[in-house]
Amino acid sequence: MLSFVRTLMPWLLALTLSAPAVSAPASREQVKGLDEQVQDIKSEVLGIAAELSRLEEKLLYPSGTQLSLFVSLASDDTLRLDAVDIQVDGRDVAHHLYSFKELEALQQGGVQRIYSGNITAGTHELQVSIAGKAAGGSDYRLTTSASIEKDVGPKLVEIRIAGPASGQPGIDIRDW
Amino acid sequence: MAGLHRLLPGVIALLWCSMSAAAELRDLYFGEALYQAHQGHWFDAIARLDSELGQHYGVDERPLDTLYFHLDHAEFAVGDFELSYRMHNRAGRAIQSVLEARVAPEVRNEAAWRLARIHFQKEQPVEALHALDRITGPVPARIRDEVAFLRAQVLIANGRFSEAIDILAGLRDADGLEHFVAYNRGIALYQTGRLKEAGAELARAGQAGGDAKGDQAMRDKANLVLGTRLLEAEDYAGAQTFLERVRLTGPFSNRALLSAGWAHAAQEEYERAIVPWSLLAQRNVTDRAVQEALLALPYAYGKLEVHGKAALLYGQALESFGNELTRLDTSIRSIREGRFLQALVREELAQDSDWVIKLRELPDAPETWYLTELIASHDFQQSLRNYLDLEDLRRRTAEWDGHLAAWEELVVKRRAYYEPLLPEIDRQFRFLDSRIKLRLEQRDHIFRRLQSMLVMPRPDLLITAPEREAREALAALEHAAAGDRHLRERATRLQGVLHWNIHTDYDHRLTTAHKRLLALDADIARLKTRYRAFIRTRQAATQSYQGYDDTLRQLRIRSRAAHARIEQLMARQGHLLESMAVEELDRRRVRLEEQQVKARFALADSYDRASRRQDTEGAAE
Repeated sequence: MLSFVRTLMPWLLALTLSAPAVSAPASREQVKGLDEQVQDIKSEVLGIAAELSRLEEKLLYPSGTQLSLFVSLASDDTLRLDAVDIQVDGRDVAHHLYSFKELEALQQGGVQRIYSGNITAGTHELQVSIAGKAAGGSDYRLTTSASIEKDVGPKLVEIRIAGPASGQPGIDIRDW
Repeated sequence: MAGLHRLLPGVIALLWCSMSAAAELRDLYFGEALYQAHQGHWFDAIARLDSELGQHYGVDERPLDTLYFHLDHAEFAVGDFELSYRMHNRAGRAIQSVLEARVAPEVRNEAAWRLARIHFQKEQPVEALHALDRITGPVPARIRDEVAFLRAQVLIANGRFSEAIDILAGLRDADGLEHFVAYNRGIALYQTGRLKEAGAELARAGQAGGDAKGDQAMRDKANLVLGTRLLEAEDYAGAQTFLERVRLTGPFSNRALLSAGWAHAAQEEYERAIVPWSLLAQRNVTDRAVQEALLALPYAYGKLEVHGKAALLYGQALESFGNELTRLDTSIRSIREGRFLQALVREELAQDSDWVIKLRELPDAPETWYLTELIASHDFQQSLRNYLDLEDLRRRTAEWDGHLAAWEELVVKRRAYYEPLLPEIDRQFRFLDSRIKLRLEQRDHIFRRLQSMLVMPRPDLLITAPEREAREALAALEHAAAGDRHLRERATRLQGVLHWNIHTDYDHRLTTAHKRLLALDADIARLKTRYRAFIRTRQAATQSYQGYDDTLRQLRIRSRAAHARIEQLMARQGHLLESMAVEELDRRRVRLEEQQVKARFALADSYDRASRRQDTEGAAE
């Protein structure tokens, strides 16, 4: 009986301790060779993406009229943000429902560009509405308005959102 | 080694997460790159950050740029993103350039550590060690443990186990690394033959705290490895202790149940061996351990002299192996028909962070069911991820073709709209421009004159038009009334009154003139604002359609060339994946056929024994 177990053991150990030996040496080389080429094409496509991004900005959102709105969360906040609605001069420009991944990304310090568009120089009215759940699970809704001044350069506005327990303004509209 | 590699992405993510949370954000676009990275959208994160860094290095006064405050972090972050996007070469080059630059020792040491990490991931342990040896002087506190841990891993990979053991001993309390440290130290101790210490270390790893998925998996792995080692060393009771600690629901549970059964069987405790094996035999039959249990279970019943049950179970195993062989044939055929690659690029997989696990359970995709272990292998995962990345790039470049067409149309429409309008606008502008220039010159002239009058009063220059007319009329009257003394005196008196008024009112007039000049300046400022706005709008009109044709054409050529190359690479990468999958399925097929033969012999043997027993019992009766 023990001999049966012993004959089985090498296979059992291989099963337990190592990854399966799936690649013959030749295919290993193939994997590496292809990987190098995939890295090259990634580099090339990233280069094209960068040029396209510059071109898009120049063509669609020239600096003289550009307005970009960014959403961020106050640090260490427990608010579960569900949705953000934004109006510029009474016109709906952005509506976003947050997935769990997006919310996590915001909580970890990421900043979401929620809108890029064009406005004329001068004063404009920005209205931001948020919906979510506060730390205790209660519904949390808030709307805030602010005037923004569009000048010659691109206009960047950060909308920093905080829950009721944070002691910070629920919607803080910051000029950049 | 492959197992060690899998720890790295987690450590990397942990590191830049903590870095990003630590500092107040001063650049929104950098924040946007982090937002993409935190979601695992590496392409978008790199593209955003590359663009930001490019712009930063293009400005004249970099300290005034908002990215300046995050520059070190951004440089490293882009390297990390590239590493996560499996662009080791580019990440390596970026970090190498930091190493060669004149930077603070902390930054250089961090770069050396990152370079070592890349080499380690690329399975180049010697180069990794060489990079780590470049670390001298201060190391940032937040990466100190990671540097030491990586050095230990690299030393293990280079076969220098004793040095690794010493380093790992100092990392027992390293925050977030406890499980990995204990596990790796246990493995290193085994490699040096210090079995008792190795067992103790793995036992510690198997009982370490933490409820996270990774912690639980690490505990299971440590217990399974230790249990299996003890089984190998014929310490069956000891093996049982650790094998029973492996959770019944984790990824290592099947192997633990199989080994636990053998640990009992080796001690001739067949009734107890039946318990884990029965449990295992009911699980997904595509798993190797489950297939093994299908033979082990009747083997145990046979040992317990329950030959009828054993024969029945061998029969079931035979049937099951037959079914699985048919399924394997179907899978191989399905892979050869290209369905495996179709399954790989399903949208629902792209949305799921546990896509590797989901891949094994895809409904209507039998070609994926037998590939659990293959999918877990480093080479296959690398190829699979490359294939998925290529599919993502293929979609992007196809989409860009549409964008470029739309932009070209936009440019054409803008040109068609503006070109007929602009000549008339320009003509009107030139007319207005000359008038504006004239008025501005007049204003400057008045200004200069008023300034000079502050130094040298000249009341004549501030007389009003009626006064001027009156003075001229009086002069003419005086001349005409040369013979009329009374009239001449009156005219002279009136001239005197006029002179008096002009001179006595001079200060007041000068003040009023300055006030009016200030009012004029306000109007001129408004005029200049409108003028500049017009110039900008006029320039924007031209810039909205001029100068794009070449760029758009070149981008279209580049994008299409990239798209074609991506499709070629996808075909090759896909073929490689299919070959690997078919090879694996062939291997499993061979193994199943062997098991089928064993089951067939064992079935016959069990029938014989059962019949003999029946005969013996009949004779006895």
